[in-house]
Amino acid sequence: MNGRLPLALVLALALVGLFLAACGGGQQGAGDQNGLSGSIVVDGSSTVFPISEAVAEEFGAENPNVRVSVGVSGTGGGFKKFCAGEIDITDASRPIKESEVEACAQNGIEFIELPVAFDGLTVVVHPENDWATCLTVDDLRTMWEPAAQGTVTRWNQVRPEWPDAPLSLYGPGTDSGTFDYFTSAVVGEEGASRGDYTASEDDNVLVQGVANDPYALGYFGFAYYVENQDKIKAVAIDGGNGCVLPSEETINNGTYQPLSRPIFIYVRKDALDRPEVEAFVTFYLDNAAALAAEVGYVGLPDRAYELAKERVAKRITGSVFSGGSQVGISIEELLKIEE
Amino acid sequence: MQLQEHTFVHQLGQRRLKGRIFRAVAFGAICVALVMLALLFLDVIADGIGRLNWQFLTSFPSRRPERAGILSALVGSIFMVVLMAVIAFPIGVGAAIYLEEYAPKNWLTDLIQINVANLAGVPSIIYGLLGLEIFARWLSGFTGGRSLLTGSLTMALLILPIVIVSAREAIRAVPDDIRLAALALGATRWQVVRDHVLPYAMPGVLTGMILATSRAIGETAPLITIGALTYVAFLPDSVRSQFTVLPIQIFNWVSRPQAGFHVNAAAGIIVLLAILLSMNALAVYLRHRFEQRLKR
Repeated sequence: MNGRLPLALVLALALVGLFLAACGGGQQGAGDQNGLSGSIVVDGSSTVFPISEAVAEEFGAENPNVRVSVGVSGTGGGFKKFCAGEIDITDASRPIKESEVEACAQNGIEFIELPVAFDGLTVVVHPENDWATCLTVDDLRTMWEPAAQGTVTRWNQVRPEWPDAPLSLYGPGTDSGTFDYFTSAVVGEEGASRGDYTASEDDNVLVQGVANDPYALGYFGFAYYVENQDKIKAVAIDGGNGCVLPSEETINNGTYQPLSRPIFIYVRKDALDRPEVEAFVTFYLDNAAALAAEVGYVGLPDRAYELAKERVAKRITGSVFSGGSQVGISIEELLKIEE
Repeated sequence: MQLQEHTFVHQLGQRRLKGRIFRAVAFGAICVALVMLALLFLDVIADGIGRLNWQFLTSFPSRRPERAGILSALVGSIFMVVLMAVIAFPIGVGAAIYLEEYAPKNWLTDLIQINVANLAGVPSIIYGLLGLEIFARWLSGFTGGRSLLTGSLTMALLILPIVIVSAREAIRAVPDDIRLAALALGATRWQVVRDHVLPYAMPGVLTGMILATSRAIGETAPLITIGALTYVAFLPDSVRSQFTVLPIQIFNWVSRPQAGFHVNAAAGIIVLLAILLSMNALAVYLRHRFEQRLKR
């Protein structure tokens, strides 16, 4: 008896395993008669994640029988799953690329593109930095363009009146949608950037870097600036119409240019035929402005959400961005192009 | 003769000194390891202990750090690890028994052994990619896609080499006298394995199994690949359900801008550490218990 116990244990465990596997066949039961049921799978950008999480949380409170799950695979990873038909909605911090449109088309996936909020890329410096209070796009280009690599290494090389001190740069890594947008808005070509800066995919690392280096300059999403205002200072940006500091107001009304970018969700057209998905998307657009503000982003103007809802109602598919990020166009103008 | 003895005494002092120096270096090495570990522990505990309460353990994730909890991640981790152990234990121990007790010594067996040893060193992300392709895509009809079952199967693959290697070592450590004595008394090979080899090897097998499980519970890369999700506000109701696990939830909280989420991450790390330490304690206890029983 003594010797056989372990074997009995093994067999019992194996049986439990088989039992569990056999029970796994059925999905959750029939729907509640008072409401919607089913499951909605959202995945994609880590930038958009906090908004989708907030929407899923609120939607779940109202519709307890709908299981909404939100993953973080990055914008590119999200589109890959989306175009393979594995998920219903993908979060994106940049518009869909031409190659991704093709991948979707190959698998017969039609999508509806919906902007849900603004993110204001924020350029930050150390709080003791009293010279760089307002930067023009040209200044930023001088610092960040590929030609600056190894040559522009001191502040006074950007503007002669600035101190003769080392210029240490911090920014997101090349996989990030933030990097794509910043390079296209500042340098003029998506992905074109100097390589000799401190790069991290974790924005908190960038915050720490700038907070501990008096001669640092970095850029990342607005939410990370809002949460760390005691450690770092935002720089006003002159996009041609004077110096503008990033704030909820200036990002929302389009004066903080060119570093405000819209962020999106992409919805599968055939998934919208499921009532729970349509309800979720409508709920998303109705509440995005309030929830985005709560998690550190800026809502779009009301008119933009109305136009987005029209796109859902009329099932208007395709992207208004023909390839890559567009800089300096207001979101309403873009949505109207389609009408 | 006298001269030699003198030289010898002189060297003794020197050798003793060298011995003491080496002892100090070795002691220093363990101190560095322990102090680093203690600092990490204290840092995490100082950050997270205040957040650790019943509400934290029984709430789903939320956009508000003070309302968020780790229920779905905790339950997901436990389900995944149990299911993984159920899959990996019979296969791993079975493979070890075959290789040690039955396999003929030929080139094929050698090839299998070398490959098992090599597999133990393959980076975990590779297993994630394998699991994504095989379990999440090809077998999606059986596993339900990016499900708990897919996660468990992938993690079972990941720990199999470790389980096999440690089980083989435990089985090899069983003295041959026992096998020969049992065979001499007319026992069949299966009876020898079942009644003598396995009970004797079980402490070592279980220890290896639990240590492998501890590794799996802290693993993130393969689960991110197969698509364990971050916001899951429901508990898995079947093995085909979607799920999340503790390391993924912690990873997500660490990268959020709000300081409240960083505190949550620290509290989540404490929970993960508590699970790991209690699993290791269980391994020690089980080994002790089985050893006691064998002595009787």
